[in-house]
Formats: sequence, C-alpha cells, structure tokens
Amino acid sequence: METYIFVTLAVLAIASALGMVLSKSTINSALFLVINLVTLSGVYLLLQAQFLALIQILVYAGAIMVLFLFVIMLLNIDQEESLFDKFRIKYLAAFLLSAVIFAQILYSLGGVADMLPEISTEMIHVGTVEALGDVLYTDYLFVFEMTAILLTAAVVGALMIAQYKVKNTGDTE
Amino acid sequence: MIGIDWYLALSALLFTIGVLGVLIRRNAIVIFMCIEMMLNSVNLALISFSAYHGDVTGQILVFFSLSVAAAEAVVGLAIIIAIYRNNLSVDITKVNLLRW
Repeated sequence: METYIFVTLAVLAIASALGMVLSKSTINSALFLVINLVTLSGVYLLLQAQFLALIQILVYAGAIMVLFLFVIMLLNIDQEESLFDKFRIKYLAAFLLSAVIFAQILYSLGGVADMLPEISTEMIHVGTVEALGDVLYTDYLFVFEMTAILLTAAVVGALMIAQYKVKNTGDTE
Repeated sequence: MIGIDWYLALSALLFTIGVLGVLIRRNAIVIFMCIEMMLNSVNLALISFSAYHGDVTGQILVFFSLSVAAAEAVVGLAIIIAIYRNNLSVDITKVNLLRW
C-alpha cells in the first residue's frame, strides 16, 4: 500500500516539475510548482514527518507561492516567446550537463544509502511536533533566534530594494 | 517501509529537473521557482535520511532551510521587481549591465 502511494506521489511530483520547466505561461509554471510542493508534502507524511508536511503546505504552498503569483500578476509578464525555437545546441548542452549532475548525485548518494543503522520502529516516529519542539527550543535555541533576525533583515532589505524611489531629503544628517 | 533509495532517487531527479530548468529557461521568475524546487528536493533527502536514521536533527535542519527559503524568496522577488523596473523585462538575456 505504501509503495502505491509513493509511486503515485512521485509520478505526480516529477510530472508537475517537468510541467513547470516546460510550460510557456509563467502562471502555469507557478501553479505546477504548487502541485509539486503539495505532493512533496505527501511524501513527507509517508516519512512520518507530520510537522514538516504541515509547514510545507503553510509556508511554501501558502505564503511563498502567493508572493510569486502576486509578483507575476503585478509585473504583467507576457508569455515567453517559444522555448525551443533556436539555440538547439544550447538545449542539448544543458540536457547533457544535467544528466552528468544526475549521475554525480546518484553516485554520491549510492555510497551512503546502504550505511543505515538498525533502528526500531518507534524511532521512525521522530517527526511529531513534540519531538521537534523539544530539540528546537533546547539545543538549537540560538539558531532559532538567529532565524528571527534573518527574517527581519530580509523584510527590511526587500523593502529597500523594491522601493520605487529612495527620497534624498538629507535632513537627517 | 520501502527502501530509502527510492526517496533519494526522487530527490535527485527533482534536483536535476531544477538544474535543467535553470539552464534552459530565460524568464527570471521561472528560474527562481526552479531554485525553490531544488531547495525542496534537498529537503526531501534530509527528511528521508532523518527518518531512516531515527534522528530528529535532519528535520531541524529542514526547518531552518524553510525559513531561509522564505527570506530568499522575499529578497529575490524584490530584486526581480527592481530589474523589471529598470529593464521592463524579466528576460535574463536582456540583463546585461554587468556583462562584458
């Protein structure tokens, strides 16, 4: 049963990823990415990571994708002119390069995939909110606080960059 | 429970599709979405290792990676808006200010 669910989710994820890369409309790409993120959240549930599956839907498919769609509709981007019209050599080179990268990743993962420890079935259930919060607020408390600083800096920086015009009043000096 | 190699293969395939998208697309926003998908595939690899080792640290790392991805999305989209305001295009072949 678990195998069938995994295969369904994996096929959906790969198909939506390919659809995102190959579709001409930017809006369609964004919606394909939403499908991809939701199916990945289902894969997280298969791996007993319930908290991260929820966070994936809330943060990625909710907040970040709304931001993407907002920017796409704000900029009113017209459709990209046809994707496979020219530069065929360039596409061939890109395909070969990504095949090389895929082989490299598989090679490096193949060395560590069979070095798994023997664990009991209770130890698989590590992804609950209780288990994560227990570690997050004790061992990683400092990193957690640094994340708050990072998010604040990102918001301020984004406002600075996307501002229409910085007023040079100069009366603060 | 199915083997970890299926999850790792899915993660590697999604990462490769992301790399392919970054290489062949010219729309800056689509390239940015491909980068988000590559981050997600690495998250998948981390979570599968964490589940199969029975160790919660990998999922903590994914949590921080999610917050970094959120910050990166905000700043990156602001940069794209600034580029669009100067060029009236998000085509990366037309962004040639620092190109020689």
